Amino acid sequence: MSRIEAEVGKPQGGLIKWIDDRFPLTSTLKYHVTEYYASKNFNWWFVFGVLAMVVLVIQLVTGIFLTMNYKPAAAEAFASVEYIMRDVEWGWLIRYMHSTGASFFFIVVYLHMFRAMLYGSYKKPRELIWLIGMLIFFVLMAEGFAGYLLPWGQMSYWGAQVIISLFGAIPVVGDALVEIIRGDYSISDITLNRFFALHVIVLPLALIGLIFVHIVALHEVGSNNPDGIDIKKHKDESGKPLDGVAFHPYHTSKDLVGIIVFLMIFSAVVFFAPDMGGMFLEHANFEPANMTATPEHIAPVWYYTPYYAILRAVPDKLWGFILFAMAVVLPVFLPWLDRCRVRSIRYRGWMYKTALTVFVITFVMLGWLGLQAATPLYVMLARVFSVLYFAFFLLMPFYTAMDKTKPEPDRVVYHD
Amino acid sequence: MIKSMRIAGVLALAAFFVAPQALAAGGAVHLEPANLEQDNAASLRRGARNFMNYCSGCHSAKYVRFNTIGKALDLSEEQLIDNLMFNAEKTFETIQAAMPSEDAAVWYGKAPPDLSLMARAKGADYVYNFLKGFYIAEGSPTGVDNIVLSGTSMPHVLWELQGYQTAIFETHENEDGSVKKTFANFEQLSAGSMDAGAYDEFVRDTVNFLAYIAEPIRSDRRKLGVWVLMFLIFFYILAAQLKKAIWKDVK
Repeated sequence: MSRIEAEVGKPQGGLIKWIDDRFPLTSTLKYHVTEYYASKNFNWWFVFGVLAMVVLVIQLVTGIFLTMNYKPAAAEAFASVEYIMRDVEWGWLIRYMHSTGASFFFIVVYLHMFRAMLYGSYKKPRELIWLIGMLIFFVLMAEGFAGYLLPWGQMSYWGAQVIISLFGAIPVVGDALVEIIRGDYSISDITLNRFFALHVIVLPLALIGLIFVHIVALHEVGSNNPDGIDIKKHKDESGKPLDGVAFHPYHTSKDLVGIIVFLMIFSAVVFFAPDMGGMFLEHANFEPANMTATPEHIAPVWYYTPYYAILRAVPDKLWGFILFAMAVVLPVFLPWLDRCRVRSIRYRGWMYKTALTVFVITFVMLGWLGLQAATPLYVMLARVFSVLYFAFFLLMPFYTAMDKTKPEPDRVVYHD
Repeated sequence: MIKSMRIAGVLALAAFFVAPQALAAGGAVHLEPANLEQDNAASLRRGARNFMNYCSGCHSAKYVRFNTIGKALDLSEEQLIDNLMFNAEKTFETIQAAMPSEDAAVWYGKAPPDLSLMARAKGADYVYNFLKGFYIAEGSPTGVDNIVLSGTSMPHVLWELQGYQTAIFETHENEDGSVKKTFANFEQLSAGSMDAGAYDEFVRDTVNFLAYIAEPIRSDRRKLGVWVLMFLIFFYILAAQLKKAIWKDVK
């Protein structure tokens, strides 16, 4: 630098320096990108945070293009979606990317949350990251729910009708609350308009704000790793963690590989099975909303069905709603329910390993049961799995405290 | 109005808890697979002809434009105008029913549904079995009922081709004394102009066309999908090499 300065004979720095004098550009890039050190031994479980960002961008960009042709009115919404599918240039691709993106958002976020459970990422000092993450998950659920009404198909209409009327189970304020949500005495044009407003403005803004805070909190304490140990304990003379590598170019180049693999799976669905046999786009939703004809079988989209199965397993409407809400909210308390001092599953005992395995089976089974018709056998099964679901969380303070752990290594385990 | 809305809400909730059981207990009729040849242009062309001749009198396909069909089925503008556009002037028009739907609602008790998305909403197999499933039923205003959709308002429009058939039901007595009827088979009463095999082909072509109009870009997206995946595989190889090069000094 100084040599060049001498040669040219005047101070160098140019545009970047000019900006840096007025805005923390270089320092921010260093702090968050080129000198943000994360463990070198990340496995593929650690790719889902980045993938969630990729899906967010897909949803934002395709969503903007959809709003250019979508009409948020009961009389026009269904036809405008078909207009996008048939007459708008590349409209079908934009719409399929958006509908497939909705399902993939949940796949990616569920796996991202599971990663946190595998490696204890919610534990001290990352409790706040987990709490913000749970808020993101709640907003995402609301975002998906509001978006699902917009195509104004039969399942959009009746799914919303059923789920919104659940709030009526709340004592005293229930009926008033339902009317406030709908803005009407049934799902109507008014409901569609306000859900559109929520879906394209309020909730995406909240989502972006929360994701920003999620990442700021993460970069304050640093990323966890598959060994669940602190890489900042061993630093070189310059203060760089010995087991850490810079986010860019190391983790970015690795994430790029993960992103491409993700895009392959995503594209396979978009181009070859956009309705995923009725899982991503439900068959009944190809019929326009009809408030005088109830579809034979109303089920929410797959990403809500684990909670829906719990709701349906309870014979009482109010208690069904309470347990449904508890099932959604309980993971918030994981950082305090888990009493084990070891983070990673690699060094935890058989009790937590068993509990987590049972929990995964429980969650998948509840999701499957929520899609099925409520036959007596399936309701019985849903009750068993509901008990297991709650047991995983409520018994956690006991089994995690009793569990025998293995000694953690001093440095992360890394195979070339 | 408010009260009826509330009742609708309660009904919805009731349906939500009860309907799945009813569905499971009712035991839907076994659907014969339609076995469509989705990219067979000749079958689609015959299906388009069948649709315009036999369906479009009463049913619209209001999202489907003639020129879209023309492009996909390789039909010239003259062919479109001469063979398919009976009540349309311009090729960019959509398929409208010849019969006004207000009148139809009065005549049949229910306006014939738009068929743009029927094959996607109900499934191709359902439509295939529906079109083959009309049988003589006394007491029905149209003289027929349908094995797939009992109580349908649709008359047996294709009777000239298929002829009339009757449905044989087997009755079982349950332990609690209730009687359960299950469909066994059809018996031909009068012959139509087509034998059973030819009629199946006729229905198959028609359903193939309905499946096509339900998602006109289906074959395009599959063709494009192959290119997208090939690009991503190529991109993957580059990215994997890049990652390896960048990470080679990490020990």
